[in-house]
Amino acid sequence: MKWVTCAALLGLMSVAQSAHADEKLTVYSYRQAFLVEPILKRFTEETGIGVNVVFAKDGIAERIAREGRLSPADLVLTSDFSRLVELVDKDLTSAVKSEKLNSNIPAQYRDPEGQWYALTMRVRNIYTAKDRLGPQAIRYEELADPKYKGKICTRSGKHPYNIALVASMIAHHGEADTKTWLQGVKTNLARKPQGNDRGQVQAVKEGLCDIAIGNSYYYGNMLQDPEQKSWAEAVVINFPNQTDRGAHVNVSGMVLTRHAPNKDNAIKLMEFLSGDVAQKAYAEVNMEYPVKTDVAPSTLVASWGEFKSDQLPIFKLAEYHQAAVKLLDEVQFDL
Amino acid sequence: MTCTLNLHQVHSDYQGQQVLKGLDLTLAQGEILALLGPSGCGKTTLLRAVAGLQAISQGEIQINGKTVSGAGQFVPSEQRGIGMIFQDYALFPHLTVAENILFGVAKLTAAQRKARLDDMLALVKLEGLAKRYPHELSGGQQQRVSIARALAYEPQLLLLDEPFSNIDAQVRHSMMAEIRSILKQRNVSAVFVTHSKDEAFVFADTLAIFNQGVIVQHGRAEDLYSAPNSRYVADFLGSGNYLPAEVLDGHSVATPIGELRSLTPLSQSHAFNGQVFLRPQQLALSADDTGVGTITERRFLGAFCHYWVKVEAASHAHYVEVRSQIMQLNVGQRVGLSTEPHSLVLFES
Amino acid sequence: MILGLARSWSLTGYAIAVLLVLPLFALLLQAAQPDEAVFGHLLSTVLPTYIANSLWLILWVSIGSLLLALPCAWLMARCEFIGRRYLQWALLLPLAMPAYIVAYVYTDLFDYAGPVQRSLRALFGWSSPQDYFFPDIRTLGGAACVLSLVLFPYIYLLARTAFMEQSLSLAHASRIMGCSPWQSFWRLSLPMARPALAVGVALVAMETAADFATVNYFAVPTLTTAVYDTWLGYGNLTAAAKLSAIILLVVFSLIGMERFARRKQQLFQKQSRIQASDLYRLSPVQTLLALGYCITLLVLAFVLPSGILLSYAIDYFEQSWDPIFWQLSVNSLSLALITSLVCCAVALILMFIRRVSPRSSDALPSRLASTGYALPGTVLAIGVLVPLTLLDFAINDIADWLRMTGPGLLLTGSTAALVFAFCVRFVAIAIGSVETSYKRISPSLDMVSLTLGQSPRRLLQRVHLPLLTKGLFAGALLVFIESMKELPAALLLRPIGFENLATHVFQFVSDEKLEHGALPAIVIVLVGLVPLIYLNRSLEQDSR
Repeated sequence: MKWVTCAALLGLMSVAQSAHADEKLTVYSYRQAFLVEPILKRFTEETGIGVNVVFAKDGIAERIAREGRLSPADLVLTSDFSRLVELVDKDLTSAVKSEKLNSNIPAQYRDPEGQWYALTMRVRNIYTAKDRLGPQAIRYEELADPKYKGKICTRSGKHPYNIALVASMIAHHGEADTKTWLQGVKTNLARKPQGNDRGQVQAVKEGLCDIAIGNSYYYGNMLQDPEQKSWAEAVVINFPNQTDRGAHVNVSGMVLTRHAPNKDNAIKLMEFLSGDVAQKAYAEVNMEYPVKTDVAPSTLVASWGEFKSDQLPIFKLAEYHQAAVKLLDEVQFDL
Repeated sequence: MTCTLNLHQVHSDYQGQQVLKGLDLTLAQGEILALLGPSGCGKTTLLRAVAGLQAISQGEIQINGKTVSGAGQFVPSEQRGIGMIFQDYALFPHLTVAENILFGVAKLTAAQRKARLDDMLALVKLEGLAKRYPHELSGGQQQRVSIARALAYEPQLLLLDEPFSNIDAQVRHSMMAEIRSILKQRNVSAVFVTHSKDEAFVFADTLAIFNQGVIVQHGRAEDLYSAPNSRYVADFLGSGNYLPAEVLDGHSVATPIGELRSLTPLSQSHAFNGQVFLRPQQLALSADDTGVGTITERRFLGAFCHYWVKVEAASHAHYVEVRSQIMQLNVGQRVGLSTEPHSLVLFES
Repeated sequence: MILGLARSWSLTGYAIAVLLVLPLFALLLQAAQPDEAVFGHLLSTVLPTYIANSLWLILWVSIGSLLLALPCAWLMARCEFIGRRYLQWALLLPLAMPAYIVAYVYTDLFDYAGPVQRSLRALFGWSSPQDYFFPDIRTLGGAACVLSLVLFPYIYLLARTAFMEQSLSLAHASRIMGCSPWQSFWRLSLPMARPALAVGVALVAMETAADFATVNYFAVPTLTTAVYDTWLGYGNLTAAAKLSAIILLVVFSLIGMERFARRKQQLFQKQSRIQASDLYRLSPVQTLLALGYCITLLVLAFVLPSGILLSYAIDYFEQSWDPIFWQLSVNSLSLALITSLVCCAVALILMFIRRVSPRSSDALPSRLASTGYALPGTVLAIGVLVPLTLLDFAINDIADWLRMTGPGLLLTGSTAALVFAFCVRFVAIAIGSVETSYKRISPSLDMVSLTLGQSPRRLLQRVHLPLLTKGLFAGALLVFIESMKELPAALLLRPIGFENLATHVFQFVSDEKLEHGALPAIVIVLVGLVPLIYLNRSLEQDSR
């Protein structure tokens, strides 16, 4: 049995080595690695601090909670607001006090205590078929209008982007009306919710539906992808509710984890991400709206025009998150 | 004379059933003992108990005076110094003949190992087959390898579990004789399990007749054959006739076929009423129109004939099997019956 | 049997077994915790639908694969026609196809934008989905079809053997008594094959219950996807564990059914085999029908999907043939290799103990260890993470106490958790393989070895190990392939940032661009073909 024990020990030691990474930052990211990697590379070039970014579609909060004080994660990048709040709610974040962050990021895009900071903004747009509907001064409320029966495509209602949209509806109309609205939207769906935001635009292009719900930056990204360019060209991007409260916006953001092993370096990275270089990269690479006010969106994004955004404080979305999930389950939106 | 094996009141259970029920047995150095009994009587269990492959619940087993099972002691099989030969030869299929033979040989130099191998191959007459694999050998050759393997280990005691039952009838007897001479040559003590009395007669020095977990009789084959201590032993070693008998005096009994005399004094006293046991070849026939019997069946067997003779007695008829060199008697013929001179065997009715 | 076998052997066996059933107990323990009403919320809203979906899916896939498999099995077992020899093993090929890949390929074909509907629209001049009806593949029914196509070979294999083992004289007798071949099939062959069919259906049902990727892709919410969502979406492990317990209930009742059927199966088994001369010779028309059926099935379940996959791979070869592909392959292969080695070692030790131990209770560890196979990957992941996390913290606490730097997440932060989970799930395969090999080793070899002075350990080394090599190799191979294919456990347990072929392919499937992941997908399929070659060899031996 001796050799078995020896082998096991050797194995454990080698594993331990790899688990015990060298002194560089570890970033858990809900955002795809290819998106953030170029920006992080710039950070490493500037500061000499290595960054190890790992992407996960979901379950990061759950993982950090389980890993507890042993978690190697320093920073979490999220692609929407509800996940920032989830991390805060589960007490997985540390407050950051940084002059630089506070000056770069406007107050409505950061937590008063510094538990989270937004990095970019995106609009939940309504895309319409260019040849069948054309540009529409559409409102989210109208998605439940029977005239759109069988014409709407969306991804899963339980996706954070849609949950946030539903939460904003609850904030403006209350639960009961939102439920009726959701039921209306569900009846109008051309197909069961599926795929991602790009898939909905593709479906419009193919004629499966006339209306797709999707984030703003996907439009820009698709226009730059040779394969998907034709999809984007088949639709018009509309900023909803311009006649009343304005379009629903969501943010991507970052938090410093509670047990971050390299807090100081992590804050340096946070500051870097809120700075001009990174903000510009977000805008140019991913077609998002930078939160730093003096960084302009890309020319392509700017060409979509000015728009009015919903002034609902972003933390309200978090307040109604659970209620939104519950409603989506109740109307069996995805089933 | 030293005793290689000593069993004292051995009991053993197997799956909740008592298989061995108080067994006593001794084996002298160099002796070959046959354990003879029908299938399922516990012979193999006993063999395994001796080898340490089967637990005993009571009693004691000693090998060369050392307790190996019982009295709170247990010596594992691998430390008992026992060789075992199996019905299926149990050769290691992944090893060559040479590797098989040397399997249990440890702590020898290469030269010594080679010498041992050559010695064994010569002993079992398998020179030149050392590089072969078991599946390339005949059944008899495989059994020889297994014997060589056991002997190469220089066991204190050899146990053979029905070793000849898978060998062709034509070569079985010569094989037995050959192996017996090998064992005798090396003065190996051996216990040999079989259900065939013929094998036991050929191979063993002494016989132990086994029945339902106990040894019924133990002794030289000739003694057991001519003086069985029970009807079980008598029947197991060959067929025979039972006739009512009353002891007249120290040497003679009255039976339906007349008065019979024994060569040796009878142990039963005067007026003992029982049965006399007569093997077919201990009876003789003569054509006699006033004889006590009538032939009812005749079976020709080459060198002799078997006759069934009906003997009318006072109350009812007895049928007697007789083996006779006389060939010309026919069914329906009246015959006289007599016995060859021998020591009579009497049992209780 | 070794009477004096040291207790340490038994203890080793029990220690291994306890380790391997730990996830099951951890899961049940976790499920028993209070969970802040998440489970209650699910129960009052979507859970009934999830359960219904799971059960309907199991039912439809069982019926579907039974219907697909029965004709093939009968034709292959009882008839002779051109091409039968090739078809009888070709029909096993679909087993190598992960269901989610088939699902993707068919979605691509039959979706609104797919070539089928496009050409229909072009043909009839339809312009929008309102103009015509076309069944939606991303539904429960679609999932049932895809799973049936991939899983039917299990039933085919068992049914074929059952039909072959049936005594032909019974069939002759029934025909002499006036039954047509059709009647004798219904009244005789089918009832006699019922236990084997039940075993096959139970296997198919278990695979269906464990399926995650297909239903996830089709957005058909079932219990398995609910476990995933509840855990990662709601972040509620306890509610996920409660859902897992429901799955386990389903799976264990299926196992119960399988055991029951297996017991009955022995009743019908016959030694005599059907000879080549006993096969029905089909007429040309019948041959055409038989070939048509089998080939269509084969094309739908294997040829078409793999053809499309191949064309993807060729089109996107440049993008796929990169260092990442190699890294993924190395990850998958090394993971699978370590898993199969560990499984074989464990199987060898447990089965050795079971064989030689004089204590009847020592059969228990190998039995216990085999239960892991019943745990679907998603369920298993929860069961593995809970105890390993505790262990990780314990290790670090001890390190702290010793004033040493803790190793961090030694188990859950590395592939160790993954290897452990794979071992729990697949050790049963290795155990089964070793068990079969052990049956062929005469017990007298053990006795000889012992009486020749060899210790139990030397018996294992010098006799059993060399003789079990083949069985161990076969077991290792099967474990290797299963580990390459296993998806849900890999998704949930991998160290963050770790990808292997399966997770990578699945990522592409869920991003709707399998085209880019076709090369790794092909590797998975190709590796999956290896055991079929093995299986084929044993089939050939059967028919001889």
